[in-house]
Parts: sequence; structure tokens; C-alpha cells
Amino acid sequence: MRLASETNTVENFVQKPKTLAALRVEIAEGRTTAADLAAGYYQRIEKINPRLNVYLSLTKERALEQAAHIDALAAKGDPLPPLAGIPVGIKDVLVMKGAPATAASKILKGYRPPYDATAVTRLEAAGAVLLGKINCDEFAMGSSNENSAYGPVRNPVDTERVPGGSSGGSAAAVAANMAVATLGTDTGGSIRQPASFCGVVGVLPTYGRVSRYGLIAFASSLDRVGPFAGNVRDAATLLGVIAGHDAHDATSSPAPVEDYAAESDKPVEGLKIGVPDEYFAEGLDTEVRAAIQKGIDALQAAGCTVKRVSLPHTKYAIPTYYLVATAEASANLARFDGVRYGYRSPASDTLSAMYSHSRDEGFGAEVKRRILLGTYALSAGYYDAYYLKAQQVRRLLAEEFLRAFADVDAIVTPTSPMPAFKLGEKSGDPLAMYLADIYTVTASLAGLCGVTVPCGATSAGLPVGMQVLGAHFRESTAFRVARAVETAMNG
Amino acid sequence: MTAKVTVNDVERVAELAHLELTPDESAHMLTDLNAILDYVAELNELDTAGVAPLAQVSELGSFVSAPRPDLSAPSLDRAAVMPQAPESDGAFFKVPKVIER
Repeated sequence: MRLASETNTVENFVQKPKTLAALRVEIAEGRTTAADLAAGYYQRIEKINPRLNVYLSLTKERALEQAAHIDALAAKGDPLPPLAGIPVGIKDVLVMKGAPATAASKILKGYRPPYDATAVTRLEAAGAVLLGKINCDEFAMGSSNENSAYGPVRNPVDTERVPGGSSGGSAAAVAANMAVATLGTDTGGSIRQPASFCGVVGVLPTYGRVSRYGLIAFASSLDRVGPFAGNVRDAATLLGVIAGHDAHDATSSPAPVEDYAAESDKPVEGLKIGVPDEYFAEGLDTEVRAAIQKGIDALQAAGCTVKRVSLPHTKYAIPTYYLVATAEASANLARFDGVRYGYRSPASDTLSAMYSHSRDEGFGAEVKRRILLGTYALSAGYYDAYYLKAQQVRRLLAEEFLRAFADVDAIVTPTSPMPAFKLGEKSGDPLAMYLADIYTVTASLAGLCGVTVPCGATSAGLPVGMQVLGAHFRESTAFRVARAVETAMNG
Repeated sequence: MTAKVTVNDVERVAELAHLELTPDESAHMLTDLNAILDYVAELNELDTAGVAPLAQVSELGSFVSAPRPDLSAPSLDRAAVMPQAPESDGAFFKVPKVIER
């Protein structure tokens, strides 16, 4: 008996974007213009977006205005800013003034925010051309991008598979060259896991490294904004642009921003790399394990000392994460009530009915599930047993990492226990979907930085990502290690 | 911490969260919440007596905070904000009646 999947050709939209350095030379030397580049990207988006469902809305007018500004600079021979003319897509949980901001939810239908997120402002100030708003799981809640109210994103590597989530669209956009780079957000793995599933680079900055101003909040003590790119150096350049203190976000850090791209050029010889036993235990796909082992061997060959480390609280990370994240989400999502913006249920004769009808009609099933779980964990009689307990375990998890980083410069693990799964494969079982986040939620809870770097593929050609974790504010080290893996594994 | 959630619990929590669930939704949520809460009960294995809860990683040593001075400053313009409301008169948000008679 032959399975359908053996007879059908896999539909594939993979195309690697040019590097920032190559595009910079082309624009500076007048071989292309920012306007032509943007027009080319819009053409490609028009052609393949109906199949991949990556973009939810385009910001053409704003993009072309910025492109014209960059082209005027280039024509005059003026110095070009670091991202001059680079087409970038924005996950639709970050606001852009006047553009639809949906968070992939029906409850924000019609909302056009009157301000820009700080990361958006900084990208544009650095010369980036912002193409549009990108699909994701509703309110960034999900690991497959199947929870979007506007339909799932398909994985450019194999359109029958999910791109991961919640920033599935941001990863897919780079994999399919529908943007040179994108912004995503990561609360429990939402940048790192889709980067792994789509074969691109994704960065989780240290908590507080990038301002959250203008990010539609999910879980405020965990939410991060970070870049996706086609290679490590470009991702490092993007982080350098968006990182840094912002008076609009009291949790943003005043720690100096390093030249991450230049740091990523440094050799890794002499670095100590930790490999935690708990991330290679039961449940890890054998092909993923083999690919990651090759990456570890490559680091050793490049002169790193590889050391086994133990993080015994790892198994408690998923329950801890899903209690903390949902509790914070239930509070954050209370603001969507049909009063100030977005959707209001039309026929309600009292305020109270209007609240509950608007929320019931506006939110999708996963968002409701998490609001209920979070509300339950915070409610009288359960607060100590669930929420407080989870916060105590969160400290144990964070301290365990800090002890490990006293001995090693970086920790490497698989990003996900499995390669990209099929659409519909896990969507009926919320707990199974949560369990797939096992290797990413730990760094979220501990506030660490991390990079997902492509590290080989399965025999079916599905990308495997290695997660390189760094201590707080040690992005430079994580980029160096990721760069070495990239060079060794992908030429 | 292993207490089973009942339909009444789901309805009570939904009310707290201003969510009105259909009976079908309630039934699904009941199954899902029980499965998830069963799983998170694993945390009971850990003795956390004397462990201070960690609400924010910025409580850890490696973080420096830089709160802004507490000064009044202009915020978003009302004229830019109010048109986003489903119903407003330009200065106030309009909502259905608060008290039912």
C-alpha cells in the first residue's frame, strides 16, 4: 500500500534572501534601488501569499515612501543607515501607526493603532522598509500558527506542515524570501521553534534587551521581541538596531548594546559549551538528535570544550510556564472588552452582557482556554497552590541555569523535540501541543537569551534547529556559537 | 492541587473572566482544564518551602533597572485615540446601560 504522501511531490517555496551586506552594496552602487527591491518583494508576496497565508496586511504606502527616502540618500552619495532599503515584515502583534493590528484575533477587527512600537520606530530609523503585518497564532498563543483567526500559515519547506508558532508567519516569510528579515515575539518559544521548523535564524533576546512598547501583551514577564533572518550575522545586525533602553518600557535594560554582528565574527575556540542531559532524553526524535549531535561535534572541532551539564528541574518547566503565562494572559487580555477599540458585540442591552458577548465572539478557543486556566490559577483558594507554586519553581529553574552558566559560556540543545509536524496533527490536543515546547520554555522562564540556528535536516528534508542559549545579556556569545554551527553545518 | 474541576467551576471562572461559554464550549473546556491541571500537579513533587516566588527575572542579580522619573508629560492625543472606539462622542466612550432595571 502506498501512502498519498509518498506519491505526491512536496510543494516547496523555499528561497534564501540575499544577505544584508550584498543588498547594501547593490543599493550603494546603484545596481538596484530600495524602491525596486520593495516592488520585487511585493510581487513575490502577491504571487505566493495566497498559498502560504503569511501576510495579513501590506503597508505599501509607508514602505514606498521610506524606499524613496533611502533612494534619495543613495543618489546623493550620502552615508546609508545600517538597514538602508532592507525589506522587513512585522509580526501582527506589534503596532504600526495607522496599519491594522489584529494580533490574528477577531476581537481587534478594525483597530488601527495611533502609534508605532519602539522596535518598529528603530527599524525604520535604521533605514528598513516595512512591507506589512504578518500572521501568527492569536495573541501569540500557540506552537503551530493554527490558532490564527485568519487561517493557518503553511510551512514553505512543505505546505502540508505547520511553520511552528506563534511567530510562524515571521519564520515562513524569511524562509520563502517574502522579506529579507522579520520581527517576531517569543513568550515560550514563539521565535525559536518556528525558526527551527522553517530552517531560518531566530533570536530570543534577554528579557529587557528589546523594548516591549507597542507589543500587544500576552505574558508581560516573559514576552520578548526579536528578529528572524536568513543567516546569523544579519540576525545579529537586526538585534543591534532594535535593542536598548526605552523610556516607554520600564523593564527595558540600560545595559550597553554591543556590536553583535562584529562579535559574531569572532572565533569560538576556547569557549566552553554545556550540553544538558535532560534535553536529550526520552521524546527526542532520533533524526533531530543525530543532527544536533553533528552540530555539537562541529563545535568541538572548532576548538570548543564540550561539557555535560545537568538541569534537573527541566521537567517542571512546562507546568510552570503554562501557569505563569496563562495567569498573566488572563490579566492582560482583560482589556479587550469592546469599549475602547476593536470588536463590540452589536446586540447587548447591558454593559456586563456587552463585555461577555464581545469577548465570547471575539476570542478563539485557545485564547479562551488560556484565559480560563489563568483565571482559575489566580482565583481565591487556588492562587497559592498554582500561581505562587509556579513562581517558586520558576526561581528554582532560573537559579539552576545561573549555576550552569558559572561553568560554561553557552548551552546548546535541540530547539524542538521534533521537526515540523503536519497541519491538524496536534490541534485537537492542547496538552500535546504544550508538551512540544519543552526545550524552549525554560529559557523563557529564566530570562535567558538564545538563538535558533539551522543545523542540518531530517531524511525527509525537514529543517532541524539548534538552540544556543546564553546567560543574561550575553547575546554576543550566543551569536558566536550559532555562527560557528552555521558555518560548519551549512557551508 | 489535584482537585477535579467541575462544570460549575468552569462556569464560575468564565464569569470571573467575562466569558460567556456555550454548553458545548463549557464541556470542552472542562475536559481540557482537567487534563492540563492533572499535568501541572507534577509541581507538587517539589518541596518549595522557603523558596521566594520569582515574579520577574529582573529580581535576579544580573539585571539593572532604569525606571523613568515620575513626571507628567503629554501622551497620545485624544483626537487620535477616540475614533478607535466602537462608540464614542469624541470625549467619552459610550457603552450600554450599567445597571439593569
